[in-house]
Amino acid sequence: MTEMKRVMQRTGPLLGGTLAAALSLGPSATAGAEELRIGFIAPTTGIFAQIGKDMVDGFQLYLDQHGNKLGGAEVKFIVEDEQGKPDTAVTKAKKLILQDKVHMFIGGLLASSGYAMAPVSTAEKTLYIASVPAADDLTQRQLSKYPYFIRTTWSSSQPHHPLGQWACDQGYKKVAAIAADYAFGYEVLGGFQKAFEDCGGKIIQKIWPPLGTKDFGPYIPTIKSDADAIFTLMVGPMSLQFPKQLRAAGIKKPIIGGGTSYDEFVLPFMGDEVIGDVSALMYSAALETPKNEAFVKTYRAKYGKVPSYYSEANYTTAQMIDEAIKQSGGKYPGAEQFIKTMLALKIDAVRGPVSFDDMRNPIENIYIKKVEKKKMFGYDKPELWNTVIKTYPNVSQFWTYGKEKFLAQPVYSRDFPPCKYCE
Amino acid sequence: MGTQFWVVQAFNGISYGALLFLVGSGLSLIFGVMRIVNLSHGAYFLWGGYIALSVIGATGSWALSLPVAALAVAAIGVAMERLFLRSDGFARLRTALIAVGLGVLGALALAARWGDVTGGSWAGLVMLAAACAAIAYVLLDRIPVLAVETDVLRQVLLTVGFAFLFQQAALDIWGGNNMDINPPHEMTASIVVGGLYFPLYRVFMIGMAIVIGALLWLVMEKTRMGAAVRATVDDAQMARGVGIDTNRVSMFIFALGAFLAALGGVIGGAFLGIYPGLDFEILPLAFAVVIIGGMGSLGGAAIGALAVGLADNFGKALFPEVSYFTLYAPMVLILAVKPTGLFGRE
Amino acid sequence: MRDTIKILSVVLLLVALLLVVPRSGSFVVLLATRAMCFAILAMSVDLLLGFTGLPSLGQAAYFGVGAYLTAILATRYHIGLGWDFWLVVAAGMLVGAALAALFGLFALRATGVYFLMITLALGQCVWGLAYRWNSLTGGDNGINVGSRPNFGLDLTDETTLFFLVFGFFATSLAALYVLARSPFGRSLEGIRERELRMQILGYNTWLHKYLAFVIAGAFGGLSGVLWAHINGHVSPETVVLTTSVDALLMVVLGGAGTLVGGAIGAGIVFALREYLSTLVPWWQYVLGGVYVLTILYLPTGLMGIPAQIRQFRVADGKGGRSGKVKPLASAPS
Repeated sequence: MTEMKRVMQRTGPLLGGTLAAALSLGPSATAGAEELRIGFIAPTTGIFAQIGKDMVDGFQLYLDQHGNKLGGAEVKFIVEDEQGKPDTAVTKAKKLILQDKVHMFIGGLLASSGYAMAPVSTAEKTLYIASVPAADDLTQRQLSKYPYFIRTTWSSSQPHHPLGQWACDQGYKKVAAIAADYAFGYEVLGGFQKAFEDCGGKIIQKIWPPLGTKDFGPYIPTIKSDADAIFTLMVGPMSLQFPKQLRAAGIKKPIIGGGTSYDEFVLPFMGDEVIGDVSALMYSAALETPKNEAFVKTYRAKYGKVPSYYSEANYTTAQMIDEAIKQSGGKYPGAEQFIKTMLALKIDAVRGPVSFDDMRNPIENIYIKKVEKKKMFGYDKPELWNTVIKTYPNVSQFWTYGKEKFLAQPVYSRDFPPCKYCE
Repeated sequence: MGTQFWVVQAFNGISYGALLFLVGSGLSLIFGVMRIVNLSHGAYFLWGGYIALSVIGATGSWALSLPVAALAVAAIGVAMERLFLRSDGFARLRTALIAVGLGVLGALALAARWGDVTGGSWAGLVMLAAACAAIAYVLLDRIPVLAVETDVLRQVLLTVGFAFLFQQAALDIWGGNNMDINPPHEMTASIVVGGLYFPLYRVFMIGMAIVIGALLWLVMEKTRMGAAVRATVDDAQMARGVGIDTNRVSMFIFALGAFLAALGGVIGGAFLGIYPGLDFEILPLAFAVVIIGGMGSLGGAAIGALAVGLADNFGKALFPEVSYFTLYAPMVLILAVKPTGLFGRE
Repeated sequence: MRDTIKILSVVLLLVALLLVVPRSGSFVVLLATRAMCFAILAMSVDLLLGFTGLPSLGQAAYFGVGAYLTAILATRYHIGLGWDFWLVVAAGMLVGAALAALFGLFALRATGVYFLMITLALGQCVWGLAYRWNSLTGGDNGINVGSRPNFGLDLTDETTLFFLVFGFFATSLAALYVLARSPFGRSLEGIRERELRMQILGYNTWLHKYLAFVIAGAFGGLSGVLWAHINGHVSPETVVLTTSVDALLMVVLGGAGTLVGGAIGAGIVFALREYLSTLVPWWQYVLGGVYVLTILYLPTGLMGIPAQIRQFRVADGKGGRSGKVKPLASAPS
């Protein structure tokens, strides 16, 4: 019955409605005085549908907990399907702006979707909140092009600077790296390498399997045997296969992973061979704070799975909007003023305290996490959890380098930082 | 790069090729016998994996999931072939099936537009769907359906349509998580020979491909059905002339092709994972195997699979920069020089 | 006489489009602009499929080079944002044609199903390059085109852009129509019907097909140039296999060999994918269903419905139920 209702709510007007709406003049949304119209762009069909669902569920959970109000304003929450394609993301962003007259649009999954939608916000002078796209330059070297843009979760290299420091502190001297061959992989490995080598470590090898590789047969035998540890950056299905195949090939070196190699989107489907592997991110579902415990329990009871960072990112984004609207007196104050208000926020989020730097990227805790099999939060079965083993507080996207110095170097790429210690 | 490197890489390439053989041989047979370019072949692979996951979830038995998934997908394949790709025989059943599909969509649409027509209950929705389906049936039954046998392009687009439907249905049934099939614990170990690790699962894949390949060869060479298949590949008209029931042959082959794809899905699921989008990832690889080896030739599929497996492995290890180009450029060249593939018959 | 009526009705439809769309809300303008851009691509496929009998599964390649060329020129060299936009249009068509001239040498060696396969492989080669050639294409991130051209007409305005794309669309339709009705077009149809006979009659059928392939490439490039500015962003996703499959479906859905059919098909596919998906979560079933139903029940597409009804009546009168329809691309035997 409730399922039935949900189907109907989601289906909206159709057929007859399609034509009528298509030809209707002007916006179909009637603008109420205190109504806050939020467009949410996520892949709800296609191969990233589950991630899209996590994103929507996170935001929706916050709305449900707050009577569908943010900062006192009644929310009209419009979800649009970007289908995992930047081209579609652009169309849907424009649909939300032009037809639904939204005050802001949120989301997008891939870095390419973020890059595609940011100019839309500039052209249409509408606020775009990137809750998931992590490409470094969106809040670094290209930020000046996007005055109506703000990011609420992370930049790719942000958690991996501290991870590099941590690896160095563990006494690892030589690390072989294997990372997905695309911009996100370059930025994650670049961040790790920069901090690790500045501390005295050496990256002795970089292997770049194409995005989507599942058979690591060609790469595993080339990993240098004198490495102390292996750094990996995998995404999606790659994450499941790499540790399995590495261990089956008899390599027992410690693994240090980029955030998506072990996040809660893939962790429940992993085997016991990943126990002991270490990764870094701004969120772990195993974070032992009352706030997170309540969030995990509520989320799991409602949606039947442990929240991933995609869920937390959008839950917290809703919380930030809530706070910013509250401070604006329950009304949307326009994009420029809204961003100003956002930047001054100090949020006590599920992931920990969050504030913003002047490049509109969050400053937040980075957690070094180790996979453990244990019971948590009163659940009766032992499961894999990302236990936090070290917290780096208030980490900015510029780590300890300072903004000017950091921005003077080029964006991390395949060849930057150069691999000085590769033969 | 000593001998070690070459031995391990060759082993890896061969084991990957073994998996590709399972997928490619089915596709090759379907094309060779029926001249159908089946773009839902990747969906069969994916569905095999998903059904296996359900079987494992329900019974805990990995061994049981192999035949169950393969047979279930073979049944789906046969249904698709009988109802949609071969027009004679089941016209009414097909019309009924399409009508039900339209009925459900129509009811959902009406319920979405005017929620009160169903009273907001499942029973109401079902009745509305039945009514829509009945109307659709009456209307569709009056439209003649045109056979797709003779038209390659329409076959291709039809199978693309099914591939999309299968993809969305899989997403609705099994969700969009990235999953993994875990084979019995004993198979995750490795054999150590001279300090080199050979994962047991890869050995198993090679063994499985050899067994299946040998069985297929026996069926094709030593049985009446096999003889009928070979005759149909060579000249379908002539085969019909000498009294071979090419209709049955075609059904048999489609079932076999789907069976092999699903088997590949279960076996490959432990190696590649099972996740949305895998269907369209495996499809071009299967086509590469078939195109290089030649459509309709079992030996060709074996050689093609081995070639793609090894080329892919060594290509990625030695020239990582051009890894996609190394896959498609040889396809273009072979098609341009000898369109029927290395071992295909004219 | 019947031709005159057809032309008149198409012109009337175009005028109606021109009058109705700009008044019907900006999202509709946006979608119509995109659909018309794809209609140009679909018509280029129709030139190959409908008029020459060559089912291309790689038309996204020419679309892609046109789009990437525009994006690269605009972002790196600031070319094509003023009056020189027209130069980029010409360059896009030239590059599309040049690539087709290269690919045609390979593709035309194959026929029937092998032509499908080889064009698919060629399309994937371009996709592979777009995806991996980071320094040129920006790899997975793609390229943001930034601002739209302004040459007296400011294309930042969606309605202005709509009129411009409409202009290109109508011109392409007219040009391809004239081409199809020319002696050259007639001989293409002859090749589609019976290539051997045309060879015996002394036609260089390979050259005819090659020219058609190159011209289709040029129009593919044109639609790519427009797409780069309409979308504002170019990425490997622009060049994927599904773009080619979509273009082919648009043609088959509307009716191959009619040109207008491809345009209608483009409109319908866009309405389903971009508009229906804003209304219901199960739009993919509708899209898949449209593929299946079109293939089974409308082998000659929407434009073929009148003929199909006539044929059905005749057949019904005789008690028979199966119509006879020419295959779009015949199976190899």
